[in-house]
Amino acid sequence: MALKTWKELPIGCVVFEPGSASEYHTGSWRSQRPVWDDAKCIKCGICYVFCPEGCVQQGEDGFFKADMNYCKGCGICAHECWPRAIKMVEEG
Amino acid sequence: MGKRVGLEVTVAVAEAVALCRIDMAGVYPITPQSHIAEHLSNLVADGKLDAEFVTVESEHSAMSAVIGAAAAGARVYTATSSQGLMLMHELLPIASAMRLPITMAIANRAVSGPLNILNDHSDIMPQRDAGWIAVFAENGQEAVDLSIAAFKIAEHKDVMLPVSVNIDGFQLTHMVEPVIMPSQEEVDAFLPPFVPHATLHPSRPVTMGAFSMSDYFTEIMKAKDEAIKNSKKVILEVWDDWGRQFGRNYKPVETYLAEDADILMLTMGSMGETAKIAIDELRGKGVKAGLIKLRLWRPFPFAELAAVLKNAAQLIVTDRAVSFGGPGGPVFSEIKSALFAQANRPAIYNYIIGLGGRDVAVSDFVGMFETVRADKAKAKADTYEFWGVRE
Amino acid sequence: MNIVENFDLFAPRLINKKELFSCGHRACSGCAEVLSVRLMCKALGDNTVVASATGCMEIVSSMFPTTAWRIPWIHVAFENAAAVASGVEAGLKALRKKGKIDDRYIKVVGMAGDGGTMDIGIQALSGAMERGHDMIYVCFDNEAYMNTGIQRSSGTPMGASTTTAPAGKASSGQKTWKKNMPEIMVAHEIPYVATVCPSYPLDFIRKFEKARSIEGPSYIHCFSVCPTGWRSPSETAVSMGRLAVETGVFPLFEVENGHYRMSADMPKKLKPLRSYFKPQGRFRHLTDAEIDAIQERVTAEFNKLTQKAKFL
Repeated sequence: MALKTWKELPIGCVVFEPGSASEYHTGSWRSQRPVWDDAKCIKCGICYVFCPEGCVQQGEDGFFKADMNYCKGCGICAHECWPRAIKMVEEG
Repeated sequence: MGKRVGLEVTVAVAEAVALCRIDMAGVYPITPQSHIAEHLSNLVADGKLDAEFVTVESEHSAMSAVIGAAAAGARVYTATSSQGLMLMHELLPIASAMRLPITMAIANRAVSGPLNILNDHSDIMPQRDAGWIAVFAENGQEAVDLSIAAFKIAEHKDVMLPVSVNIDGFQLTHMVEPVIMPSQEEVDAFLPPFVPHATLHPSRPVTMGAFSMSDYFTEIMKAKDEAIKNSKKVILEVWDDWGRQFGRNYKPVETYLAEDADILMLTMGSMGETAKIAIDELRGKGVKAGLIKLRLWRPFPFAELAAVLKNAAQLIVTDRAVSFGGPGGPVFSEIKSALFAQANRPAIYNYIIGLGGRDVAVSDFVGMFETVRADKAKAKADTYEFWGVRE
Repeated sequence: MNIVENFDLFAPRLINKKELFSCGHRACSGCAEVLSVRLMCKALGDNTVVASATGCMEIVSSMFPTTAWRIPWIHVAFENAAAVASGVEAGLKALRKKGKIDDRYIKVVGMAGDGGTMDIGIQALSGAMERGHDMIYVCFDNEAYMNTGIQRSSGTPMGASTTTAPAGKASSGQKTWKKNMPEIMVAHEIPYVATVCPSYPLDFIRKFEKARSIEGPSYIHCFSVCPTGWRSPSETAVSMGRLAVETGVFPLFEVENGHYRMSADMPKKLKPLRSYFKPQGRFRHLTDAEIDAIQERVTAEFNKLTQKAKFL
């Protein structure tokens, strides 16, 4: 994204695009990724609740997945998963 | 039609602010400002002013609260003085960077230490680079007129900047003066409703006061500098509007007998009235003395100032504050740099006067004129002196 | 595991799905403070305006020209979040009363870290609470100045090593007891004071919802594990918060109109402090005797609190 000139700045530098931080992909910070074993998943949603990124979402099938564009690989989801359906694996 | 009444200047200012139908005020008591806060709260208590009057626990919170309310879209007002202004200092450049049209009265008072509650300009001078429009009133009528006009300037869509109206503490704030108070209808006709550029409201969620790294910081500073420079056009327009509607005219630089003067004196604030008397006295003796009153301190009126100074041989700049270890008083160094590029500039003399409420009599002003007139060799030009200091 | 079994088994069904705090924020990996902010937004919903102090949450969420916030948000300075929030509240109140904005009810929230609340911001907070503004103030307490590099604050617990109260040959880290901020707020006699920890999401959300429903000032003290500053593994951020509660280091309770109530999540018997200290680098230097001394204080404080819950 091209940087704005001073003439293009909104008055008072107000940001009018809510949630625009999502333009920035924090997934590149990650050194390990969560992998779900849907066979063990009980669809409780603990992984969704405790994700500091808010990047774990429930699919139509009821199972959960993390958006790898944002997942920083903190491992909270795997650590908190009660039936141990999530494993952290090293990024290649 | 407005009517002529005798009022203490602080009370008149509070009445004027109420006529502007503010939505919110956040004020903390400090001498000599407190009467403004007290009278505003009276107006709210009596149901004459429909506004939230927030009795904050400090001036820092006063400025913080009016910033918050202005960001919510409210027309806001605050007033302070001296130490209170120093406590607000951190927030002043933030208010201007966020482009929030806050109107603030400053009852100018000496800054501690030692503690002193009386008048000088050492409180406003350290705020010079905060990005606020700063105007100075000379008497009660001006304090009223400039306060109302300040809202219109601040809220103009091409300005959106905070404005301070400087009113000399005690010398002006506590005087009972005859003032023509405009009527509510007149103020309503003059001052349009506030239309904010953005507000903190869930109907359109915005982020205000975002964090900036070096990639944007320079552009943001440039935009702010241009905004305050461009505000002068609007300031002139609004003061012209005022003149048309109320018959009292204001200019960034005003003069008294300056056109043919060989020697000029520059003042800011209430001392202009005493200096005028000194000039009349000198004119009676055949001395071609004149006066320049600097009304607009920021944005600095370079062109207007150069225009009135082009004929004089000598200029006395009075300062009501000290720039310790610096080149002279803050007004003096500003004027010097403003005139630096001018081929025919007068010899400039600087007197620091009226510190911490020290009285400056007509005879003092006459004395300054006489001393400078006697300096044919320009030995004291470009220097500064504490006038009347005990050696 | 009992937490999961008892309360959170089908948590997503009970929690507002809308993400009002977006992905792409720059918080450290495993930050429980940003998790708290996310859950707070879910609990409070769209009709909320937030005034934030300078600090981690401000920096990570508002990198100009972008923002993570989907609700109105303002940042002014470090020490004045409560004062700014009080001004926003007063402004909105006046505009609503005069019919200049629509008539919806908007809750104003002031937020800051432990430094921005307990140290530099305590004056503005005390003033705003005393004036009775209709607002929630939230302290996200990660027990040190993390944004500036883990310096001690008055919220840092006894014995923790920080960059300005480091452990060394002649020092065991923090030499003072943590300031009891919730009690200071209780002394303001405001309608609602609560402590929360995101490791207990339903208790967390319920308390925020309650604060939202109360007219007048409320104060929420949020325990926010900081893996970076505490030198603990990022994946343990939630379980560490649970340990803080289970050991009684950070009891979950609420005080409504002066009446104390312990949260249902509080265990009957506290776990030993060692289990909480051991995984954290900031406590690693402590001797057994030092831990015992801190344990004594934690137990005494907890007993004091349960007595209040019994009798007040």
